[in-house]
Amino acid sequence: MNDAGALVLPTRTDAFEARLRQRYRAEKRFKALGLGAILFSVIVLAFLLVTMTINGIGGFQRVESEVTIDFTQAGLAGDSSTLSQSNAVQTLEAQGLPAVVAMAATEQLGAEAAAQIDGDAWREVAAAIIADPALLKETRSFSLAVGPKLASGYAGEGSPEMQALARELAEDGKIAKNFDAGFLERADATNPQKVGIWGALKGSIYTMIVTLALAFPIGVLAALYLEEYAPRNRWTDLIEVSINNLAAVPSIIFGLLGLAVFLWMFPSYRSAPLIGGMTLALMTMPVIVISGRNAIKAVPPSIRDGALAVGASPVQVVFHHVLPLALPGILTGTIIGMARALGETAPLLMIGMRAFVAAPPEGFTSPATVLPVQIFLWSDEIDRNFVERTSAAINGLAIYLRNKFEKKW
Amino acid sequence: MSPTILLLLALGLGLAGWLAARARAWAFRRAAPGGRLHSLPSYHAWYVALWIVIPVVLFVVAWSGIKPGLVDQTVLASPAAADLPEFGFERQTILSEARAVAAGKAAGVFNPEASKLVEPYRAAQSLFGTIGLVITLVIGFAGGALAYLRLKPDFAARNRVERIVMGVLLTASLVAILTTIGIFASLVFETARFFGMVSPLDFLFGTHWGPDPMANAASPDASTYGAIPLFWGTIFIGAIIAMVVAIPLGLMSAIYLTQYAHPEWRKWLKPALEILAGVPTVVYGYFAALTVAPAIRDAALAVGISNASSESALAAGIVMGVMIIPFVSSMADDSIAAVPQAMRDGSLALGATTSETIKRVLIPAALPGIVAGIMLAVSRAIGETMIVVMAASTAANLSANPLEAMTTVTVQIVAMLTGEGSFDHPATLSAFALGFVLFMVTLTLNFIALRVVKRFREAYE
Repeated sequence: MNDAGALVLPTRTDAFEARLRQRYRAEKRFKALGLGAILFSVIVLAFLLVTMTINGIGGFQRVESEVTIDFTQAGLAGDSSTLSQSNAVQTLEAQGLPAVVAMAATEQLGAEAAAQIDGDAWREVAAAIIADPALLKETRSFSLAVGPKLASGYAGEGSPEMQALARELAEDGKIAKNFDAGFLERADATNPQKVGIWGALKGSIYTMIVTLALAFPIGVLAALYLEEYAPRNRWTDLIEVSINNLAAVPSIIFGLLGLAVFLWMFPSYRSAPLIGGMTLALMTMPVIVISGRNAIKAVPPSIRDGALAVGASPVQVVFHHVLPLALPGILTGTIIGMARALGETAPLLMIGMRAFVAAPPEGFTSPATVLPVQIFLWSDEIDRNFVERTSAAINGLAIYLRNKFEKKW
Repeated sequence: MSPTILLLLALGLGLAGWLAARARAWAFRRAAPGGRLHSLPSYHAWYVALWIVIPVVLFVVAWSGIKPGLVDQTVLASPAAADLPEFGFERQTILSEARAVAAGKAAGVFNPEASKLVEPYRAAQSLFGTIGLVITLVIGFAGGALAYLRLKPDFAARNRVERIVMGVLLTASLVAILTTIGIFASLVFETARFFGMVSPLDFLFGTHWGPDPMANAASPDASTYGAIPLFWGTIFIGAIIAMVVAIPLGLMSAIYLTQYAHPEWRKWLKPALEILAGVPTVVYGYFAALTVAPAIRDAALAVGISNASSESALAAGIVMGVMIIPFVSSMADDSIAAVPQAMRDGSLALGATTSETIKRVLIPAALPGIVAGIMLAVSRAIGETMIVVMAASTAANLSANPLEAMTTVTVQIVAMLTGEGSFDHPATLSAFALGFVLFMVTLTLNFIALRVVKRFREAYE
């Protein structure tokens, strides 16, 4: 167009130029739309992660007040031998440790605030004494969790009196929000100040062990059979169709299956990681089979031919040569399947893993809950303090996202 | 004896058998004239080990299934159980309490009647524990001895072992069929029980949903079991709102990534998009309930719509759509990539711009694959549970207003099964009927979509 004056071809009329400009504009619009679409997704993702992280930081904190206790005046008796017994906490309770703690709190914070210190706060003091009986001859200050009402007041919610009290205490520097390492060590509780995710995490770990122990061998063996040995007939087609369909069946249907079959077979294991793991294993298996078949398919036929040519039997070919070569691919598929199972909630709700479980599970058959279900339960709580806890639990799940990210590319 | 200990015992016996058989095979090899066996010594070892482990494991699994029943029977036959209440809840409570104390899980009993049963329980449990242990040992030794005595220098151990391995492989692949049959059978069975109480016509075509789990189970009010509002809510949230979000965004993302994006950018953008698919659905639900839903309600109030619900169908649908974007995008990506390069080159050579090529050549050619991908996305969206459980309402509502509260099939399944209702109540059973409908619909969608994708791939290959 720059040298239009020199050479004007008969086709490059004004109408043509206008049309061309319009087409180029359409092209630019289209490209911008595409970029906009993908940027929208990325921004939503970033927004999601940022909101969760910002909220989550609060979840690792709790409102505490500093209380100094002078044990020399408290009249508590005990040494390393009496306090090493299993009833040490009861011994301290009988000697009046709760009253000692309450009195110290009243002296330093005032009666009104001391009444809002968590009723079980002395247990933390007791644990510290048991860990180091020499404390009984010293003066030491402790950070004690405040009760739920005062914690809401600190966050600017709840009753006006509590808000006023919390503001006053905070101005005097008597209560503050501190990092709470115990969040990773405790289980569910009714007081949001004292909940932790260790119970749910342990439940998740047990459930995942069961899932992996069942889904991985069955999935790999099924993939080997279908890819290497299965004759082409109606039965194999049926197996293939059912595997492909199972991979796309909604997860809640697996929950119904677990409820109707597994809980009918083992009614006493309600909400146990064993049943949850079995249900999730059925859901994960098709994913492992499909990715396993692709990995096995990718092993070059020359490997098989070579092994057969030097006299290996078909079983030896597969187990000595094909399987080791396909294993990295199978493992990638397994990790994706397990990640999906770890984040799964709906089927576990069906088989009763939504119960309030205040102690971490002790084994595969004791009642448990898992991380995603814990998030669901906490998000139902009206108490706003739970919200922050929830976000912190979500951040735990984010770890697995990064795993997925790294493994796939 | 807990099943774990019995299984460990089986493994120990298997290991012993393995070592013994291998030693014997080596002895054969040394003694044989040419030093040649039919199979390698390790195959002899595996043959014996499998003959020990497989029967024992099968026995342990079966035994842990029937043992509690046997223990209960023995206890009930004992004189201490004579004055138990005949039937019902109380009897079960006493029994389970005594069982827990006898197993050492509970410290003491609340119910005086249970304390009498603790001793019989303990006795019966130790009796059947010993029986189980003895049978385990007998089976293990019998299997091991049988296999061990068969070993000879020319014994075809490898062929036998491989036959067992093939059997195991076949069994593993049958698990998939068993699962499908299990799902189908359990859904059909419970649905049939439900339809015995509520007519299928009332269920499929009724327009009022509001089962009362506390109502008299013998004469259910069939007019409260009309599932049409649930089907509508599911379609409206999962197939309409979510797809309005996911189809344009997913399709345009796929087009940009495959046709325009610089490879460097693509390397970063694609995994970022995939992360959206990896976020657990409960996190989306949380996001929808606590961030998106209030924002939508406030926005509606700001433009003067006063009756907007804070559990609106719109919030759940939009978040679900975002979740589905990567799914639509990767299906569209695959279909577009499957269109032969020659078609694209031909269009570009005639002077078409890139966007014209995409719109007039690539998308029409890839359309079957894209449509199949959308069908799979719809099937995933209508089966999605956590987002709607957390963000949508439980009130059934037949309306086309996206700002109103609406419920879905999956929400009602969760609501009906996590309540306090008894297992024989039609309200609880209705969850299975809903699950059956959901299963059939998703199965049909998946089946058609997988067929289309397969045929489409073959057409260009």
